Amino acid sequence: MTKYIIRRLLGIIPTLLVIITISFFIIRVAPGGPFDGERALPEVVKRNIEAKYHMNDPLIVQYGRYMFDVLRGDLGPSYRYKDHDVNFYIFQSLPNSMILGAIAISLSIIFGITSGMLAAVKQNTWVDYLSMALAVVGISVPLFVIGPVLQYIFAMRLGWFPTSGWFRSGDGWKTIVLPALTLAFADFATIARLTRSSMLETLRSDYIRTAKAKGMKPSAIIFKHSMKGAMLPIVSYLGPAFAGIITGSVVVETVFRIPGLGRFFVQSSFNRDYTLIVGVVIVYSVILVIMNFLVDIVYSLLDPRITYK
Amino acid sequence: MTNATSPDTYKRLLEVKGLQTYFKTDAGIVKAVDGISFTLNKGETLGIVGESGSGKSVTNLSIMRLIPSPPGKIVGGEVLFEGKDILKLSESELRHLRGNDISMIFQDPMTSLNPFLRISTQMIETIRLHKTMSRKEALAKSIEMLKLVGIPAAEERIHSYPHQFSGGMRQRVMIAMALSCEAKILIADEPTTALDVTIQAQILELIQELSKKLDTAVILITHDLGVVAGMCDTVCVMYAGKIVEKAKTDDLYAKPSHPYTFGLIQSVPRLDKAHDGKLFSIEGQPPNVIDLPPCCPFHPRCHKAMDICRTKYPPTKDLGNGHEVSCWLFIDEKEHSHE
Ligand SMILES: Nc1ncnc2c1ncn2[C@@H]1O[C@H](COP(=O)(O)OP(=O)(O)O)[C@@H](O)[C@H]1O
Ligand SMILES: [Mg+2]
Repeated sequence: MTKYIIRRLLGIIPTLLVIITISFFIIRVAPGGPFDGERALPEVVKRNIEAKYHMNDPLIVQYGRYMFDVLRGDLGPSYRYKDHDVNFYIFQSLPNSMILGAIAISLSIIFGITSGMLAAVKQNTWVDYLSMALAVVGISVPLFVIGPVLQYIFAMRLGWFPTSGWFRSGDGWKTIVLPALTLAFADFATIARLTRSSMLETLRSDYIRTAKAKGMKPSAIIFKHSMKGAMLPIVSYLGPAFAGIITGSVVVETVFRIPGLGRFFVQSSFNRDYTLIVGVVIVYSVILVIMNFLVDIVYSLLDPRITYK
Repeated sequence: MTNATSPDTYKRLLEVKGLQTYFKTDAGIVKAVDGISFTLNKGETLGIVGESGSGKSVTNLSIMRLIPSPPGKIVGGEVLFEGKDILKLSESELRHLRGNDISMIFQDPMTSLNPFLRISTQMIETIRLHKTMSRKEALAKSIEMLKLVGIPAAEERIHSYPHQFSGGMRQRVMIAMALSCEAKILIADEPTTALDVTIQAQILELIQELSKKLDTAVILITHDLGVVAGMCDTVCVMYAGKIVEKAKTDDLYAKPSHPYTFGLIQSVPRLDKAHDGKLFSIEGQPPNVIDLPPCCPFHPRCHKAMDICRTKYPPTKDLGNGHEVSCWLFIDEKEHSHE
């Protein structure tokens, strides 16, 4: 197992190198560049800037220089924001997105699994219908609707929570509740549906019939005999979901004005801010790769049939 | 109750009377089991034979009340275990019966054990469900049971997971688990169908040997009449949810009466009879038991079918010595017009 872990961790390096390389070149193939504004810059100025960022060197030389920096942990200067470099922006915003994401995913796991289990065990009763109706809402109603609705009800009408702000900017812990709930909604819905169908399938399996034939109580059948098997698809889903929720909460961060990583995803692409784009992609890839790795580990802990050597 | 005083009552462990189990499906009502009756005596081995789909598994799942509902429902009949109707038990009485008085082993040993739990966990929990034993005592008992069913190095292997065992070994574990609470009845639903031919005989022998040793009555479900011959005292032949013939095993082989039974026996490969390289097989498909009209369901495949077979289900005729058959061939004109 230890050997496997080390091998997997080492395997992450080439994966990342490939991802960095691909995004480095693809972004430069796209039309336009960081300094092509609405108003064309004077030729001299443009040439000066391009020289400063070594943009006139052959692409392969630029690539080599960039890789060298990245391997030392330096994601380079932003082409758009002159005050700080890419590292600064990422390290400033990533923790905010991580905290929000972690809370949201925890909420969605807790409520998703609970209501999915209830729905499966009480199949075709009002409990089932209610939780699946909620799940349909979560899947079909977009976050930019759910967010403002929650703001309207709980902030403007009831006044329980602030409409926006961020606790790390000194706006109080209550600011995290509404965005976390909003962000949790979509994954809650998916997890609830996954749990329900996977639980129903498990409850129909031969080994559950055996457990019943032995005279086991329904509660023991559910918790001791069904849970592990039923959780496997949820574990697989959680890896990418977590990575996505951390980096992809653009809508929620915008609606609730949270200084997270999400906004850089969009802005940097519009700006052709090469280094910032690749930097964000690297962060996302690292999180995704680590999450998938963790999923495999948890999977093997749950399922004795899977052993890694 | 006249029954209560007759000496027979002692012997009767399980009586199934007019059991009916239906499934509601989109295509219609599936009468998977439709009015079957049989008796299982103490220490007896009863065979239930029939083609796949004839209702054998549903019969036995009904006895344990394990029919998935919906879509299934036991709509009629009684299942008396030691005189008490299982169909009327409360949930907790039922749990006490399952695994303790009646236990089951299933067709596919690869999927019948929980792949996520160690063998030891699964065996210990079974014993502790029905007996007041410490974990340690239950473990010792489990190891003893595994030795009894011939698992080598049981002390260590008990801590394995099911996937670390072969199919045959898993079925041995299932048997050990099923017998660990000294159940009075063991229901074995095609216990060897999923196994290699070489392993099949070993498992059947094991069931036979242990049931003798522990004085357990056995209901053996199979689609193979060859298996029945060597093991069962009595045989019920099922077709389309009904028992079409029931007899002591010897009588059934000596005098197979229902044309279906006859066909089944003909189709068993035999070493002592020369045949011209071909095996007999019953032509046609097993019937669809959805919305079956009143008729003998076997008539489309029967060489001796008569007009009446197409319109009415035959009554049961007692041929003596408990040999019963449901076929119009055995109902003579007089009785017939009486009906
Ligand atoms: N869960 C179910 N839903 C619908 N029909 C079922 C179900 N289980 C069994 N049946 C039907 O009951 C009939 C008898 O099945 P079964 O008892 O499993 O046959 P076998 O003799 O092979 O064990 C079949 O026609 C089958 O389709
Ligand atoms: Mg069957």
